[in-house]
Amino acid sequence: MPSTTITPQLIQQHGLSEDEYQKILTHLGREPNLTELGVFSVMWSEHCSYKSSRVHLKRFPTEGPQVVQGPGENAGAVDIGDGFAAVFKMESHNHPSFIEPFQGAATGVGGILRDIFTMGARPIALLNSLRFGELDSPQNTHLLKGVVSGISWYGNCIGVPTIGGEITFNDIYSKNPLVNVFCLGIVKKDRLLRGLAKGVGNQVLYIGAKTGRDGIHGATMASDSFDDASEKKRPNVQVGDPFLEKLLLEACLEFLEQDLLVGIQDMGAAGLTSSSCEMASRSGTGIELDVGKVPRREHNMTPYEILLSESQERMLLVAQPGKEQAVLAVCQKWGIDAAVVGKVTDDGMLRIREGDQIVAEIPADAIAEGAPRYERPSAPPQYQEVLQALNLDALPDLTDGTDALLQLLASPTIASKRWVYQQYDYMVGTNTVVCPGSDAAVVRIKGTGKALAMTTDGNSRYCLLNPYMGGSLAVAEAARNLVCSGGKPLGVTDCLNFGNPERPDIMWQFIMAVEGIADACRSFEVPVVSGNVSLYNETNGLSIYPTPIIGMVGVIEREEDITTQWFKESGDTILLVGENKEDLGGTEFLKVMHSREQGMPPWLDLEQEKSIQACILTLIKKGWIQSAHDCSEGGLLVTLAECCLTHPSAPLGATITLSQERLRLDALLFGESPSRIVISVKTKDLDSVRACIQDMGGKVPMSLLGQVTATDQIDVTVQKDQGQPPCQMVWPVKDLADQWYNSLPSQLKMKDSP
Amino acid sequence: MGQSSHLIWHQETSVQGMDAILLPGGFSYGDYLRTGSIARFSPIMEAVIQFANQGGLVLGICNGFQILLETGLLPGAMLRNTELSFICKETYIRVENANTPFTKSCEVGKVLKLPIAHADGNYFTNPVDLSALQANAQIVFRYCDRDGIVTPSSNPNGSIDNIAGIQNAQGNVLGLMPHPERCAEPIFSNQDGRLIFESMLTSLIGQIPLPAK
Repeated sequence: MPSTTITPQLIQQHGLSEDEYQKILTHLGREPNLTELGVFSVMWSEHCSYKSSRVHLKRFPTEGPQVVQGPGENAGAVDIGDGFAAVFKMESHNHPSFIEPFQGAATGVGGILRDIFTMGARPIALLNSLRFGELDSPQNTHLLKGVVSGISWYGNCIGVPTIGGEITFNDIYSKNPLVNVFCLGIVKKDRLLRGLAKGVGNQVLYIGAKTGRDGIHGATMASDSFDDASEKKRPNVQVGDPFLEKLLLEACLEFLEQDLLVGIQDMGAAGLTSSSCEMASRSGTGIELDVGKVPRREHNMTPYEILLSESQERMLLVAQPGKEQAVLAVCQKWGIDAAVVGKVTDDGMLRIREGDQIVAEIPADAIAEGAPRYERPSAPPQYQEVLQALNLDALPDLTDGTDALLQLLASPTIASKRWVYQQYDYMVGTNTVVCPGSDAAVVRIKGTGKALAMTTDGNSRYCLLNPYMGGSLAVAEAARNLVCSGGKPLGVTDCLNFGNPERPDIMWQFIMAVEGIADACRSFEVPVVSGNVSLYNETNGLSIYPTPIIGMVGVIEREEDITTQWFKESGDTILLVGENKEDLGGTEFLKVMHSREQGMPPWLDLEQEKSIQACILTLIKKGWIQSAHDCSEGGLLVTLAECCLTHPSAPLGATITLSQERLRLDALLFGESPSRIVISVKTKDLDSVRACIQDMGGKVPMSLLGQVTATDQIDVTVQKDQGQPPCQMVWPVKDLADQWYNSLPSQLKMKDSP
Repeated sequence: MGQSSHLIWHQETSVQGMDAILLPGGFSYGDYLRTGSIARFSPIMEAVIQFANQGGLVLGICNGFQILLETGLLPGAMLRNTELSFICKETYIRVENANTPFTKSCEVGKVLKLPIAHADGNYFTNPVDLSALQANAQIVFRYCDRDGIVTPSSNPNGSIDNIAGIQNAQGNVLGLMPHPERCAEPIFSNQDGRLIFESMLTSLIGQIPLPAK
């Protein structure tokens, strides 16, 4: 083996601690060479090994009758009936997107797509969750524009629709934006492919893009905090080729059709290294590779560079001897490079050759599963009590909400994201039934009469103030969004974005949020089938708010059950299912109107939430619901405004009467109590709806709000307590629409395109 | 619509047996050099050009339209949208010529709501060719507002003369940027796109026997 002296500096440069190095010595029984050190470095990075999070992730419920594939594979899968499974996963590409927003986000899309079609599923939908700093800074607008155009370029070019998502703005993300991408695909349930390297003597094939020097140590970079010098890490960001990925996708689905493979794995983070040793480790086998046979696009690449390159659009396959010619023929048809680069062995070793010379030899299991696991210390931060303390008496209540509604609708977090989603082809493939702009996006499953609803949700301010509650609330909101669209929730994928886990307060946030998510998932009976953890989201010592994002998928049994958020016809009756409470803590209202991010987030009553969701789903299936919209950021008035504004062709008005009932006016209008859904029903169905709700045993509060009108205004009257004169507010729908639609483009100084 | 269709692989060289050819949307070859410019050199394109020159119906949608421009079957070129970004949204287009195999189920002035999804849909041509297009009624669709009025603000991409779709002088090749196939099925509330395919079918029925039911 080539010898390079392994010095403490070299170990440190590879992001390995002294203890970790000692562990490597134990695994190998000798000193590693430089190549081996590089392999351990990426595979034991936080990004690849989940060393700080793994012990806590065990809390997630991962089983259920609908689960076809739980965590541990490239993606999870749930049964959606008719012999099909939905395969889905969410992943982060935060660090690369900060350094190079366009390619960082684009390759994030490319990576998650590969995770889905590696399972043999055809990707049919992309969603994303994005976090940026406020748009008054040129750097933040640059990041937003770059990320959106990167997602747009890759997704549009490969022809998978980007059908939904969410974006939140807060300066805490200025130096560490978040880019989480979700993908869902469909496969015949019994044809799911897995990342296995079974069968000693089977052939290992490399297909896809040639290997270059891009992205070397990308995974290690993604496992480190950032500082002002991080700009220099731009060469660690990979460059995407969506057309090549399209060819790769079609080739992989053709392998499946012809039943040519034993196993397949995407070369994502840590490239050839992670794909080979994970496949071997899962199967209890070994793999021998000759890096000399790997297609390369740069000269004089060392084994170290070939093994650690994160060049995009590559796959590792395992096929039985005799089938490799058929695999190569499919690759030739699609015009992609392919080569037999090794074979499956029985000795559990990852053995790397360069021609006749062995350049690395490591037990596969040691790299894939032998990574250290840390139960890092955790403690609630000292500032937690200060954050949670909110003296409402010190805040004057509103006497009128007219102006506050306009301001909230213009807050970028609440404002329409049309400027963003118009850059995504959300219809390609002609399956998108509900386009971006409703509670959840809906795609039909051709030939089944069914549809899938999907959403991504997360409120990091709630998580900052109470990580347990924030985690639970994210799950509840995701489920509520699916239910409002007519879907029954089936499964969850999560993307857990947190700061530096070596800090006890961050670790505490992580553990509490995981518990909150786990408890809510258990309660809703929606298992977590896949996910991703992104730690070290910290720049110059400042960590982001804890930001767990929940991606949830539900099935809509009949096309006629598909429901949207906007009011449909004047004369319909508007109802609130759920209760208004004094929930002002952590609201967008407090941030926008009082510049405070404080208080306890809204309290979630899981039992009531479940009853309300069950009730809405029943009403939808009875055919009595014209529209249903989840009440979330911005509270009741924002929800009502959105119900009026978002009709795709003809916005409607509404006349609403509320009674204050001892609540503060600001809490009534803009509080964010969960478990609330605004529905509209045909007036002829009102009695049936009431009776149905009453049959739920009094567990579902319901109140009459008013009527949908053909006027071009929203009238709201708040009846005050004890004979005080009512508060009356009127907004022309057009004014509200202007605020809501134009806010984002005007802050970006771009033209709006209605 | 009860018709059979076949995908033709780009390396094939014959379109024998086809009654009409549809060049669909998509990013052919990633559109890496220029939209449609590499696809124009696909082996199958010679057969498509020949088919068109013999009077066969050819419909190019979005990237298909861009490829038709590159082959020279239609005049002009595509520029980047004026906003320089990809745009996916509903647009309204007005039928300017209903006497074509692609629009005969419509009347002149009929407003269709069809979505667009492109980054390079800003149609451009020189003044001579533009005058010819206008004079020969080759401008089949123009972007308009909901009421059918052609206005600058209803032009989503900067196309010259609000052009959304044109045909060749013989009237058997049509290219348009909006996507009729995205709104042609009962599950979508809007089915305006059907009219284009119905028109083609009606035109062809005069020439070919209907398939046996």
